[in-house]
Amino acid sequence: MGPKKRVSIRINGVNYLHEVEPRLLLIHYLRDVVGLTGSHIGCETSVCGACTVMLDGAAVKSCTVLAVQADGAEVLTIEGLAQGEDLHPLQEGFWECHGLQCGYCTPGMILSAYQLLLRRPDPTEEEIRRAVDGNLCRCTGYQHIVDAVQYAARKMKK
Amino acid sequence: MIPAPFDHITPVTLDEAIRALTSHGEEAKLLAGGHSLLPLMKLRLASPKLLIDLSKIPGLAGIRQEGDKMTVGALTTHYQIESSELLKEKCPLLPQTARVIGDVQVRNRGTIGGSLAHADPAADLAAAMLALGAELRVRGAQGERWLKAEEFFLDLMTTALSPSEILTEIRVPVLSGRCGTAYLKLPQKASGFALVGVAVWLRADGGLCADIGVGVTGLGAKPFRAVRVERHLRRKRLEPALIETASAEVTLRIEPLGDIHASAEFRAHLARLYTYRAIVEAARTAGISLTKAKGK
Ligand SMILES: Cc1cc2nc3c(=O)[nH]c(=O)nc-3n(C[C@H](O)[C@H](O)[C@H](O)COP(=O)(O)OP(=O)(O)OC[C@H]3O[C@@H](n4cnc5c(N)ncnc54)[C@H](O)[C@@H]3O)c2cc1C
Ligand code: FES
Ligand code: FES
Repeated sequence: MGPKKRVSIRINGVNYLHEVEPRLLLIHYLRDVVGLTGSHIGCETSVCGACTVMLDGAAVKSCTVLAVQADGAEVLTIEGLAQGEDLHPLQEGFWECHGLQCGYCTPGMILSAYQLLLRRPDPTEEEIRRAVDGNLCRCTGYQHIVDAVQYAARKMKK
Repeated sequence: MIPAPFDHITPVTLDEAIRALTSHGEEAKLLAGGHSLLPLMKLRLASPKLLIDLSKIPGLAGIRQEGDKMTVGALTTHYQIESSELLKEKCPLLPQTARVIGDVQVRNRGTIGGSLAHADPAADLAAAMLALGAELRVRGAQGERWLKAEEFFLDLMTTALSPSEILTEIRVPVLSGRCGTAYLKLPQKASGFALVGVAVWLRADGGLCADIGVGVTGLGAKPFRAVRVERHLRRKRLEPALIETASAEVTLRIEPLGDIHASAEFRAHLARLYTYRAIVEAARTAGISLTKAKGK
């Protein structure tokens, strides 16, 4: 077993301090150590995007990041999007436009869409499809996801 | 999918990182974006005892112009390259190539230095490096040296870096004059990696191709510069038929890879086709008008 390292990570606005093994993946840290199980594990091999979270303003696949690499960083997960009872426009969009069925891909899908709207507040349909290129959905056929992101973009512009 | 145990250190200077590399030898690995290394470690295809994380060393990431060269730090991410307005203006082949790597999340983490050092036979940026005649700056215990992209890639996942050397930056020319560029790849449907990818830049002088660089990835065990194709077109008036005969030379003396995704024969076919298309596209963006060839 490798020696443990101290990590200090700010997640959804809350500071956490833990001692972790260097091999601990960020997704396992979030789910098993911190108890935030909103981010999912799909493939564990960097392809499905279910584990996507924001790390210092950039969407990442947290199954391909070590918790020690997030030391000193800010993480945003699906749990950090709503403001109290008020859903984030993206969450509302996925609800209103049926952007999910089983919901497994949804937390990662929403964080990738969140990344897009940070960089392109008024994306084209093609840009939306490109933005969720790294997120697989076995249910929706993607069209409703595109609708949901467009809904959120419209709402956030107001 | 959990890597074997290892230690992780975050040196804050290059010298410190080089010392750690030197003293731990084969047991240690550098960590940049981790998007090639961590997947290998999770599959236990690699089990280093020590990861030397480069992310806290200042000055390793960033893009700047130095006279007629563009300098890109080894830790610059694919996304930073893709979105750099300076590169779009001065050397558009780099952003054009970076934007078709993997997906957004991969481009947010993966770095140019990691991609080149890893030397996947289908790495996209390798093709652009070769086409542009990039120079790679390397630091080790013995000091510093510069390598040409052509000298850098030796074989399947093998580079000219010694085990205790660190790639620190990449230098490419500013493309001045009437230049055109293109990177075209056929992605394997599931992984997104190139079955074949071809990067081209060329400088037009009237209808003439004054100079040209062609880099190819995915076809053989290592990415390579298609010198024969370049020679065939340099200082020639570009015509579809001429581009077609030149493109046919891309597979000469190359042993194409064959696997479950594409046979060697199919990859060779793709290489000729994508070389043709990339040159035509680069010529078009350089403002050379070509009469349309049949069936391409
Ligand atoms: C899902 C997925 C899809 C991908 N699709 C593509 C694609 O379509 N096209 C493509 O080209 N790539 C693709 N990649 C690979 C991606 O571009 C990687 O990020 C890149 O190959 C490695 O960069 P890194 O910074 O992540 O390196 P790391 O994984 O950190 O390191 C890779 C290797 O390089 C060494 N290294 C890193 N930095 C240096 C340095 N400065 N000096 C010396 N050695 C160094 C490391 O020790 C290690 O051996 C994909 C990866 C994933 C996970
Ligand atoms: S679980 Fe991370 S990409 Fe699938
Ligand atoms: S909603 Fe089921 S995988 Fe996307």
